[in-house]
Amino acid sequence: MRKEFAEQVEKIIASDNKTVFITCDLGFSALENIRDSAKERFINAGIAEQNSIGVAAGLAFKGHETFVYNIASFAVLRCLEQIKIDVCLHNLPVYIVGNGGGYGYGIMGITHHAIEDLGCIGTLPNIISWIPAFNEDVKFCLSQITSQKKPAYLRLGMSASYPQNSSISAINHILKSNDSKLTIIVLGPIIQNVLKAVAGLETVDVFTVLRMPLLELSIELEKNIANTRQVIVVQEHIERGGLGEHLLSIFAKKSISLIKFVSLHANEYPCNIFGNQAFHQEESGLDPDNIRIEILKLVQK
Amino acid sequence: MSISIKQGQLRKKLLSMFYLAQVGHIGSSLSCIDLLIALFEIKKEDELVLLSKGHAAGALYIVLNDLGEITDDEIDLFCKNGTMLAAHPPAHFSKNSPFASGSLGHGLSIGCGITYANKLQKKTDYTYVLMSDGETNEGSVWEAAHFAVSRQLDQLIVLIDKNNLQAFGRPEEVLGDTSCAKKWQSIGFDVLEVNGHNLEELILSIDQLKLKKNGSPKLIIANTIKGKGVSFMENKLEWHYLALSDVEFQKALKSIDTYYNA
Repeated sequence: MRKEFAEQVEKIIASDNKTVFITCDLGFSALENIRDSAKERFINAGIAEQNSIGVAAGLAFKGHETFVYNIASFAVLRCLEQIKIDVCLHNLPVYIVGNGGGYGYGIMGITHHAIEDLGCIGTLPNIISWIPAFNEDVKFCLSQITSQKKPAYLRLGMSASYPQNSSISAINHILKSNDSKLTIIVLGPIIQNVLKAVAGLETVDVFTVLRMPLLELSIELEKNIANTRQVIVVQEHIERGGLGEHLLSIFAKKSISLIKFVSLHANEYPCNIFGNQAFHQEESGLDPDNIRIEILKLVQK
Repeated sequence: MSISIKQGQLRKKLLSMFYLAQVGHIGSSLSCIDLLIALFEIKKEDELVLLSKGHAAGALYIVLNDLGEITDDEIDLFCKNGTMLAAHPPAHFSKNSPFASGSLGHGLSIGCGITYANKLQKKTDYTYVLMSDGETNEGSVWEAAHFAVSRQLDQLIVLIDKNNLQAFGRPEEVLGDTSCAKKWQSIGFDVLEVNGHNLEELILSIDQLKLKKNGSPKLIIANTIKGKGVSFMENKLEWHYLALSDVEFQKALKSIDTYYNA
């Protein structure tokens, strides 16, 4: 998604002569074009996350929408108070972009993983998180972010293109069945594992959610849940503060009752051993095989 | 009104406000109120003053009250339930000083962003950031300081209220003197040390720094006295925290009269 992000930002920078882009010393082989086209509106603020957010707040206050780009974990956790006070309390158009959401940085280890970022951001006022699932979602998320002109967090990862042409919104119906027994709701690029897991299954519906918090459920999703009354949520984020808890809160407020709710989520580091992204997904039960097992438990009853 | 009478009268109003509210941070407000008087004296309409040492909000409120931006009724509600004027400044409360503060080490970064924006927009406005000496313990201050130098933000004017008393000790007993001129000069600031209670000296020094259009950000180290103007508060750590009793309030007003003929 980094490539799609860089391409879109280049266009934004070219079309709006006030937008500023800050990186915290990241961007080798990715941001060179933005750097060259944005000129003085491209700032390498150094390895100084707290300052990068305060600077962005000052720029945004003076009318410059500002992107701040970093590794997702550093982008959120190292400077959470600056995000809260300098950006969110003043409702400024600062767009925090975290690369490598979830276990995206793999063997780089715990320090580089972002599996609690959405929970942290989700407690702050005025800010919306955007989580593309497919590469094409990046453009949609950026269009939402730049049209709303409010604090935003964009969580990038490694994904692929949509299986077929689709119109994109905050909630997307990716796979539809005629005899639906299970609703699967997915956050982010882990959709790729879910698509492998459901191959050949004809009684599941798959949705992606690109935005947290959601303002409302889509009519299509609500109807599907009312029909199946079984939900699996899949996310590369810990359970606390993630999509599952958010959806359960919405279901409770709307008096949507379920027979079964299963949360598949990042399970931190159960054995204190490390590997690539797929290794950590497997440890958390987020690999295609385990996701399929959990699905079959609900559709083969 | 002469300058010293104004310094005294605003101090008396500040003491009344704190006495009514029965809250602390009086010493910190008295150490920097002269800096705020000077800054609002010289700032142009679109220029901003960021009070990064948010615990001195009382001084900011009194100066803004003097300028007519905050009413007497609002001052009477200071730190009471339902007030806009909390012990630390909230977001959006002032067009001249629009950022919330209270957690230390935020204002300099924001000031850098505003100054960078002014440069992008080819504006000649200055941005003023007022920090405490203890605040320079914060790592984020040093991130911002290096940013200001590397981006040649010479329209950024930083003031450090150097009263030599942190929240639980003197700087040399805590992390050492993180606000000393040599450190800031060594990374590229133009620095002047002044008497932070002498308005003429303050304003002249700022004017002098503005003449140096050399790409270096500017720093005034304002040597001040915590509790300045109230004899029993001066240089006393406890007046970071204490509220005024009836007797202390009367004694404090008399002390101000003696100092300033207010």
